[in-house]
Order: sequence, then structure tokens, then C-alpha cells
Amino acid sequence: MKITVRLFAFFREGRFIEEQLEYPDRTTVAGVINDLGIDINAVGVTMISSRHCPLDAELRDGDQLGIFPMIGGG
Amino acid sequence: MSDKIFRVNMTTLTTCVEEVPANWAGHGGRGLTSTIVTAEVPPTCHPLGPNNKLIIAPGLLSGTPAANSGRLSFGGKSPLTGTIKESNAGGTAAQLMARCGCKALILEGRPAGNTWYSLAVSPKGVTINVETELIGKGNFEVVSTVTGRIAKKHALISIGQTGEMRMAAANISVKDSEGHLRSAGRGGLGAVMGSKRVKFITIDPQDGKVAIADPEKFKAANKIFTKALTSHPISQGLGQYGTNVLVNIINEAGGLPTKNFTAGQFAGHDKISGETMYDRIMERGGKPKHGCHPGCVIQCSQIYNDLKGQYKTSGFEYESIWAMGADCCVDNLDHIAEADSLMDDLGLDSIETSVAMGVAMEGGLLEFGDGEGILRILKEEVAKGTGLGRIIGGGAGLVGKTFGVARVPVVKNQAIPAYDPRAIKGIGITYATSTMGADHTMGYAIATNILKVGGSVDPLAKEGQVELSRNLQIATAAIDSTGMCLFIAFAALDDATCLPALIDLINARFGINLTGDDVVNLGKYILKTERAFNEAAGFTRTDDRLPEFFEYEPLAPHNMVWDFTGEEIDSFWDF
Repeated sequence: MKITVRLFAFFREGRFIEEQLEYPDRTTVAGVINDLGIDINAVGVTMISSRHCPLDAELRDGDQLGIFPMIGGG
Repeated sequence: MSDKIFRVNMTTLTTCVEEVPANWAGHGGRGLTSTIVTAEVPPTCHPLGPNNKLIIAPGLLSGTPAANSGRLSFGGKSPLTGTIKESNAGGTAAQLMARCGCKALILEGRPAGNTWYSLAVSPKGVTINVETELIGKGNFEVVSTVTGRIAKKHALISIGQTGEMRMAAANISVKDSEGHLRSAGRGGLGAVMGSKRVKFITIDPQDGKVAIADPEKFKAANKIFTKALTSHPISQGLGQYGTNVLVNIINEAGGLPTKNFTAGQFAGHDKISGETMYDRIMERGGKPKHGCHPGCVIQCSQIYNDLKGQYKTSGFEYESIWAMGADCCVDNLDHIAEADSLMDDLGLDSIETSVAMGVAMEGGLLEFGDGEGILRILKEEVAKGTGLGRIIGGGAGLVGKTFGVARVPVVKNQAIPAYDPRAIKGIGITYATSTMGADHTMGYAIATNILKVGGSVDPLAKEGQVELSRNLQIATAAIDSTGMCLFIAFAALDDATCLPALIDLINARFGINLTGDDVVNLGKYILKTERAFNEAAGFTRTDDRLPEFFEYEPLAPHNMVWDFTGEEIDSFWDF
């Protein structure tokens, strides 16, 4: 299945901003994070199609996955 | 030295130094400004008349070595909202005022003639001087001229031309360590200072120091507190990307108000994001990390240079970038930086003014996305005080009325900042119930709704939002009394050592024994005191509502409306 992955803040360094990637069915959010070599302990927020999701959420074909470190401001 | 109240009467042009009344002694910052405003300002007075007062108070810990304790509170009745107002800023003034032994400066009355003045604060008290050279000048010239006049280290508080013209979006600026500006932005207190014909205030602490009752205990607590701040991952992210790191996450969540609050996502988001800003700062030889006051260990500010590598602006915040960016559909970061610099010089709240521009764009004044048009209006209309310029400087509500626009994002006439309440419902409760009008900093529900700091509440659901906003607003009112930057809250929400260390710092400073419950009660007292002022000024629960369009215009991409009932909102005050 095709997943659009969007990375933010320092997760972009040495990787990419946005790419369409191919994953097997039932891949989880954590699976994508591990595949990209991102330290899962540094992940603050994940969203599928603009909704927050848990790390064990299973992705579906066409999903847009956003991966953020812990960030704040205001 | 023991702290005193410094009072300046601009009607009689006299000053005095007074003992601190017993019931003011435990207060600082916002708690003190709101206490004094409630005690001394008639709630029904005209904000620009002789009976309003401008109160300036350092926090309880300002002037000590406590990390991040350099915020200065400004209070009074707001010309923008008609409510009580507290707005705070960094810079060096809080620390030097505390070192003067000045617990609060009360600026009251109004001179009869057209003469302008400056004030000089020292440990001996305040002197009033006639000012001519800097009248009609912007904040940058005030900083450079006053720095030339006073050779020794001093702090400076000033207003730009818009404060002199008493525009309701006028702010008060405070010089930072490098001669740049930090601003108490919201609510038009610059116009109150202008109404009293005070252009600027200098502060010279001479050899004054802040006494600490138990220095050893203070030092130990500060070590724990500082470690909690510096080790929190959000503090580290703030140092790299600044507050503007939020553009992309709020856009991703569908809550980035775009094109005058008609969409929740902006196509140009990555062109104005914190990530892009960081790359540009590095390319142009700027500084990604910069503290707004000495002792800040988070350093969310930055130095942003122009294309030629020359200084353009600092303290380039998410709120300003969102407002001039997504809300006005401007995706050119250099245009936004230029506007930010102009607003700093003119002394304008960058949220109010930019949201006003967005409403004016909807009213047909400019096309959305016309960054150059915005710069022209700031330079040729607002700076010169033309009719149009004064309307823009009067804020989003005035612009909406003038241009016949129904979609006007204000609460109590203050512009709604950078989070759409339809997609992030917790912040909507804060906008509705805040004693200050729409203000995200009063109860930052974004932390829990979006950033997942201090727990997790679904941003699109109503459950838990009223309680969340209540708890945050109580805690914020207490933090705003300490002189602490609000960004300590991220560590405080996640790290169990942070808040006890902060309370230990206050106890060691004054030789007292506050508990966590005392701090919560302080927050509750402040909110109730402010609300009582507003009620006496004529505000009712029906003013605690969001603009109607949020109820009938669904916001993409989630297609949600604002659906809290009045009763649900009013339950905020059940404490």
C-alpha cells in the first residue's frame, strides 16, 4: 500500500520532508517510524490524515502520516 | 532593601514612594497589577481618561538569579476590550525594576496640556522630565537615542507613534539586553501610556540588589528548576526552531486559521514554518537561539536577517507569523519579517494588527496574499495616523465594523490568535472565558489538545475541555505572578520536580512557606478578582461567547463547527 509520510522539525534532517512510500498491508505507525530509523522515544505526536493516532495504529492505503518530535510554543 | 510602591501622578506631575499595603505584599506580576487595578481603577472609567491607571509590576522572582524570571506585567483597563488587562513581556526592565526595590509603578492621572514626558526610575523613586526630541518617533529611535543619552546600564520601556496616537492595538515595548524589543502586546496598554503623555520610562538600579531570605535554599531550588527546564525536549525544540515550530503541526491538525478564518490549513504553510525559518536564519548568518531576558535558559527568540545578511527582526514569533502569514495568505517570510519590524517600531500588537489586516482583506481593502500591500498600509497609513491607518490600528473589531464584515474573529473585541476553536475546542473555551478577551496564553489548551503535553484531550471533542481550560487558566494566573516565562509550563506539566522547585524558589526569596494549594488558591483569587472587575464594568456571561460565525461555518478539513452551549461555557466559573 502507498503511504504519504510527512516529517517535521529535526526528523527531516538526513531524511525528507514528504515522500510517498510503499509498505505491506497492516503496517503500523511504529513500523514506519522504525523503518525510517527515527528514535521512537523522541516521537511526540503522530497524525493520520490530520487526526492524532496511537503508535500501534494500522495504516491503510492512501493514508497521510505526519510524524513530529515533542514540540511546543505559543 | 524592602520593596515599595512607586506612584506617579501625571495630573499634578508629582511622584511619591509608599509602603506596600499588607494585602498587596504577597503579590507580584499579574496578581499585583490586577489587585491594584481592582482596588484603584473605577471599572466604568474611560480607559483613556484620567481615572484609568497603568500599573507596571515585576514578578515575585524578578531580579533574582532564578531562571526565566524576567517577565514584567503591565495592567490597567483595556481600551481595546474595556475589560481588565494584564500583558507581560521580557526584556531587562523587570529585573532592574525589582533591583530598584520597586514592587509596582502606578502611573495615574493625565496632564492638562500637550507636553510629553519621560520618567526615570531609580531606587530613590521616580523623576518626571519633559520630552520633546523623541515625540513622534518610533521605538527604534527611542532605543538608540536614549541609549546614547544614558551611558550606564539601564532598562527602557517605551511606546511608538501608535501609542502616542492612542490606537487600541498599541503595545508597550521593553528593551532587551541587545537593544532589540520585546512587547507587552495585547489589549492596547500602549494607548493608556500615551493617554498619560509618557513616551518612555528608564530604569537605573544603581547598586540596588534583590534580597533573598535563604540564599542556600534558593540556590538549590534554582538548580533543580533549571535542570527541569533545560532537560525537557520542548525547551530544546524551542531553542532550535522558536515558537514558529508550531506552524506545521497546527496546520497538520487542521487548526491553522487561514484566509480570515475560512479554512484550517494553509497551502503555503511550509514556506513560513519554523523549519524554513531555521534554514534561512542559518543561511543568512542570523541566530536561531536568543533569550528575551538575561537568565532565560530556553531561548525561543532568534535574530532573523534580511537577504543581505543585515538584522531585520528578533522575537519573530509563531503568532505574528501565523497572523501576517496564513491569516492574510502571505507566504513570503521576508514580507512577514518586514511587517514584524514595522509593527515593533510603530509599537503595535502584531496579532491584533495582522488579524485586522485579514478582516480588511475580506472587506476588499487588499487582495489576500498581498504582502507588499500590507507593508505599504503600515508605512503610509498607520505610521502617519491617517483615517485608514487609525482604523487598522483600532483592531480587528473596528475594521470589521468599518468594512461591513460579518466574519470578525474577536472575543470581547480582542482578536483571536493562531488556533481555530472549531478544530481545537479546548482553546475556544479559553478564548470565551478569559478575563482579557481572546488570548491563547491565558490557558494554553493547545498543549494537551495538540502537543500531548500534560495528558491528552481530543481536540475535536467537547469532553474535558472546560475542566482543562479552567485548570490551565488557574495555573497560568499563578505563573504570571512569579515573573516566570509561561514556557516553564511545558516542563511543569511533565516533570514532577519543576513546580515544587518553583514554589521553593518563592519561599526562599521571601522566607515564607507557600504550599502547592496556596499557589492554586492564588490563581483562583486572581481570576475571580479580574472577573469581578469586568462584571462591575458591565460585562455579563453573554460576553463569554465566541463570534457567531464559528457556529454556522464548518471549518475544513474536519468540517467542524463550534458547538458548546452557553451553559457549558458558563460552567467554567464553577470553582
